[in-house]
Amino acid sequence: MTEKIMFPKPQVLANRPTHYCPGCHHGLAHKLVAQVLEELKLPEKTICVGSIGCSVFIYNYLLLDTIEAPHGRAPAVATGVKRARPDKFVFTYQGDGDLAAIGLAEIMHCANRGERVSVVFVNNTIYGMTGGQMAPTTLVGQKTTTCPGGRCKDREGEPFKMAEIIGSLGGTAYAARTALNDIKNIQKTKKAIKLAFRAQLEDKGFGFVEILSSCPTNWKMTPLQANERIAKEMIPYFPLGEFKNTLGE
Amino acid sequence: MSKKRLFVKGNEAIALGALAAGCKCYFGYPITPQNDIPEFMSRELPKKGGAFVQAESEVAAANMLLGAVSAGIRAMTSSSSPGISLKQEAISYMAGSELPGVIVNMNRGGPGLGDIGPSQGDYFQATKGGGHGDYRLLVLGPGTVQEAYDLTIKAFDLAFKYKNPVMILGDAILGQMKEPITPWEPEVPEKEAKEWCLEGAKGRPPRVIKSLYLEDGALAKHNLKLAQKYAEMKKEILFEEFLTQDASLIVVAYGSIGRIVKSTIRTLRKQGHKVGLFRPITLYPFPSEALQVLAKEGKKFLTIEHNLGQMVEDVQLAVCPYAQTDFHGHLPGNLPTPNDFEEPIIKALEK
Ligand SMILES: Cc1ncc(C[n+]2csc(CCOP(=O)(O)OP(=O)(O)O)c2C)c(N)n1
Repeated sequence: MTEKIMFPKPQVLANRPTHYCPGCHHGLAHKLVAQVLEELKLPEKTICVGSIGCSVFIYNYLLLDTIEAPHGRAPAVATGVKRARPDKFVFTYQGDGDLAAIGLAEIMHCANRGERVSVVFVNNTIYGMTGGQMAPTTLVGQKTTTCPGGRCKDREGEPFKMAEIIGSLGGTAYAARTALNDIKNIQKTKKAIKLAFRAQLEDKGFGFVEILSSCPTNWKMTPLQANERIAKEMIPYFPLGEFKNTLGE
Repeated sequence: MSKKRLFVKGNEAIALGALAAGCKCYFGYPITPQNDIPEFMSRELPKKGGAFVQAESEVAAANMLLGAVSAGIRAMTSSSSPGISLKQEAISYMAGSELPGVIVNMNRGGPGLGDIGPSQGDYFQATKGGGHGDYRLLVLGPGTVQEAYDLTIKAFDLAFKYKNPVMILGDAILGQMKEPITPWEPEVPEKEAKEWCLEGAKGRPPRVIKSLYLEDGALAKHNLKLAQKYAEMKKEILFEEFLTQDASLIVVAYGSIGRIVKSTIRTLRKQGHKVGLFRPITLYPFPSEALQVLAKEGKKFLTIEHNLGQMVEDVQLAVCPYAQTDFHGHLPGNLPTPNDFEEPIIKALEK
């Protein structure tokens, strides 16, 4: 029997271990982004806009020209980069606290303007970097360090469904939600990242992919349990699929 | 070089200066009294192949500026006091990341929503950093419409020379006042950011523009590097001395107040009073040494500001232990005239 490597290491991915916790999906998300960048022959013309969260060191793993944006402001920073250099490929990589709380205005307006940038949005339903506080995407009933009794719908509201919201905006060319809990979903995630990138490359508009990801440490679970939680708890509330696709595919 | 004269507002002069300096992107959000700048830019910048974006907030506008200058192009944002407060996060990141953003503040009254009239209430915010962290901006305080044009061009040059954000600190008087100017076209360096800007890592290792320094000792080293840069900026100090040589009292005032005081000085001179004007043009770095020279000569000082006393602290630091400075603060809500300053100046002179 021959072994087939499903996800070979792309050149643009640094050859070093990450600082991510065991079972965290950031590393896998980085790798998929790296693969898509290479398949589309983009690394040499790419400017990555990093965000503030566990992925703040993205430049240690993706060997790209990178700028660090203040917490939540990556879509505004990306707007500036793209307006300055429309010939470059520009993407942001953001967590759910970053994008859906402090940076809600920036992401909405960036998408609505139809900025020719792409956004990779890692939704792990929690603030990872700061130690597991409630995020705007925390599920009702989910316990975090700032909703120790579980998120209460009447007190904290329901989690934002960003892919649907972004998909409803006129400037968006592509918006989808995927997950990283199994091989099939990982492959779909890669496809969605590619379409979100192509929305920019083909000058169709704003490209957005929300990736349901695990955070075993702050969920207080084993990596396996965390994967199961994605399927059992997250996907039922955050349905997978495309919410906008004007690429004709 | 065009020798044509134009009759424009200070706001327009800043926009014209930015275009002449090769500004390629402008990001802003409406606020009085600086709306002429985004309005002018929305009209004129696209004609020059540049990009104008009306941002969703000043927070976003300043972060767009951060992104645009990281790509090595000349870019600008402008606002007035409440909006400048919102820009501080990005300004701090630009200082930490060593990025050459140009920020215009047409200062209005505060705190809070204050009023929409002129004020110099943002002097501390502009010259002492403004946002979080240990950093400084280069701050230029134009006093006339021509100077607004000239200093805007200079702001872009300095921003790229020092890889540091530069603030132009005007006020509602300067922004709205119309004066004749002679525009000129500076030489704009073409590849001034080639060595550090982001454009895709082609044939070279990737570049990272950031302000995070977590490794042991790394931030201290970075802070020291910045401090050295701020020390070097002293070369750029600019000020105007007017009839200071034989004066017994030096009035220190900047921006439009400096210019109004100049008229008062002229009147008082005609009446035989030995008074002169010292007008700082770079507010950071502050012309402390030049002031100290005057203090050593035994002159008296009076600082006049359109606030309750901010620059006066820098003046006091500069002139002590050789002198003390008196202070006169013009309150917000009305436009000062040269007459308003006669009495306080004579009082200080006779003290
Ligand atoms: C203005 C500002 N407020 C707060 C913080 C602190 N902070 C850093 S990361 C973070 C949350 C990150 O969570 P998320 O975006 O979900 O990303 P994750 O770490 O889970 O990947 C916060 C609140 C900050 N750096 N800046």
